[in-house]
Amino acid sequence: MFVTFSYDVILGKRSTCFQKPKMAACSVEDVLAKAEQEEAEKLKSISVQKELDLEFDIGNLVAYDKNRIDIRKFRQQKKDDFLRSLARDNTQLLINEIWKHPTERVEEVIVVKLPEPTTPLPREKPPPKPRPPTKWEEFAKLKGIQKKKKTNLVWDDVAKEWKRRWGYKRVNDGTKEWLIEVPETADPNEDQFAKRNKAKKEKVAKNELNRLRNIARSQKIKVPGVGLTPTAEQSKTDLARAVSVAKVSTASVGKFQDRLPKEKAPKNTGKKRKFQPVIGNFSNEKQRQLDMLKVMDSKKPRLDVVKAANKQMRADDREEAAEKFKKGGKKGRKGGNFSGKGGGGGKGKGGGGGKGRAGGKGRGPPGGKKGSGKPGKR
Amino acid sequence: MKQANGVVKPKTRRAKRFLDNRASKLTENVKNSMIMKGGNTSLTVTQALKDIYSLKKPNADIESPICFCLQEFFSKKTDSSLFLFGSHNKKRPNNLIFGRLFDFHVLDMIELGIETYKSLSDIKTSKCPEGTKPMLVFAGEAFDNDNDHKRMKSLLTDFFRGPVVPSVRLAGLEHVLHFTALEGKIYMRSYRSLLKKSGCRTPRIELEEIGPSFDFVLRRTHLASDDLYKKAHKQPKALKPKKKKNISHNTFGTKFGRLHMQKQDLSKLQTRKMKGLRKRGRPVVEGEASLKTADTE
Repeated sequence: MFVTFSYDVILGKRSTCFQKPKMAACSVEDVLAKAEQEEAEKLKSISVQKELDLEFDIGNLVAYDKNRIDIRKFRQQKKDDFLRSLARDNTQLLINEIWKHPTERVEEVIVVKLPEPTTPLPREKPPPKPRPPTKWEEFAKLKGIQKKKKTNLVWDDVAKEWKRRWGYKRVNDGTKEWLIEVPETADPNEDQFAKRNKAKKEKVAKNELNRLRNIARSQKIKVPGVGLTPTAEQSKTDLARAVSVAKVSTASVGKFQDRLPKEKAPKNTGKKRKFQPVIGNFSNEKQRQLDMLKVMDSKKPRLDVVKAANKQMRADDREEAAEKFKKGGKKGRKGGNFSGKGGGGGKGKGGGGGKGRAGGKGRGPPGGKKGSGKPGKR
Repeated sequence: MKQANGVVKPKTRRAKRFLDNRASKLTENVKNSMIMKGGNTSLTVTQALKDIYSLKKPNADIESPICFCLQEFFSKKTDSSLFLFGSHNKKRPNNLIFGRLFDFHVLDMIELGIETYKSLSDIKTSKCPEGTKPMLVFAGEAFDNDNDHKRMKSLLTDFFRGPVVPSVRLAGLEHVLHFTALEGKIYMRSYRSLLKKSGCRTPRIELEEIGPSFDFVLRRTHLASDDLYKKAHKQPKALKPKKKKNISHNTFGTKFGRLHMQKQDLSKLQTRKMKGLRKRGRPVVEGEASLKTADTE
């Protein structure tokens, strides 16, 4: 509308399609000024004068006013009135800002779409860590085994319907078989059903143990091995292993723990040989082979002769001391009040004394020739 | 409480859902607050706690631990990460401690003393419905200049903001909380905004004081160290908005993208076929051909 008016003013003619009744004091400037005044009045009610613009975080409906607060005014007026007028101004600016955002109609209600909140606020809990892979998952990754997605339902011809692959009322439910053939090798009096139940319980327990082991590995907590946390009937080997582990779990790693009268020394308690995986780090394997070749090439002997000799001498001394004490102990026994601790203490002391001496002794003959090269101890 | 690291598996679906809700997630739940009454509280403090509880009603729990040390236990039980502890003794009368937790350990704690207090029941006007998301306004330069005040601004925003929503009903923007920092004191006022008609689309605001009004004085603060604070703000990568590639703008703001096409066999291009120009052995009559092209144009 304005454009045609000004065009007319410039050219000095009225446009033919625009018909307006001539008013008494109608000039373009007056009409324009009037329109502007109306606009200003409308805006006056919602405009607020501030030195610094406020900062807004509309996502959180927050406004930050950084302007200086006039302390004199604050003291002059009543506190509450001053605060209320300040609040009104700030809220007006916040509302103006909110109204600038797009709105939409949702079920007869007008709703404004808020943007994402911009103030960084701390989280409640740390972000979730990705679950570390289980032992099977690691192996599958190494071998390149893909996970095959299977359907949940399987067609069962017997029942002529779709049944679950696993879970309640599944297809191949071995536990529901009411007829079990006794195999030829089995004892006819054995309860096959009980055997089946037991096998199932063992499978469940094994699965649970593996799950806990996976969790423990992911959290790097040590989990005791099989048999140490007794659950079911334990075999002789399991018990023996449990006893040996318990024996070694003292502060001095079981050195001063006595054996029972007829207890045999535990076997297989040395270090477990650890093998490298068959397919794995090729560069690692190569490095290892090269190192081994280097060792084989070098002229240095792998056996430290000096150390070996000392060790053997010490062991001999200890044996002698033990025999001596035994003889002496047998003589000095008073009516069988021979406490195990006294004997053990004596043995320990004899061994200690022998060790202290061996340091400065002969570096000559290798191997253990009993009684040769030693000054007369007896 | 049972071990939360997966050792004890939940036996029902409902229990599993409950545990998953409390576990650490990408986008988190609304922060629950725990409002605690200390061993010795004055009437002012009790009333103040009740008022703030009613402000935060759906996401707050009231507890009365005997000692402040039990706060960690209670926060794990109710899964809250914000707390407000009120106490009263001769040295620190009418004390309120606002605090927040990260991973159930204390992140920030700010102790405010109530100097003047007017409760909800003192101011007799009609109140806002429970659970309205309030608008927050922080006024005063102190909130920008002083480090303590900056942290307090963040803590108060966290405390009072309510759930984060994608959209808000325009008529429901009623509640306004106004914080003013002046001369070491913080004035908190709570108003109800009335949206009046103005000439244009945006309404004019008139405020009516409802809700509790506090005059706080800042006492002690226990703020988190900078690196713990940064750690608490770390957002998981998955939440960051994915950058859209292949979009560029020129100086006028026109959006440009690049289309990658396969190589075209130009001999097999589909063009307009002039029937007369077909190689069929028909003699080409020039006049007809030109007429035809004029028509097709």
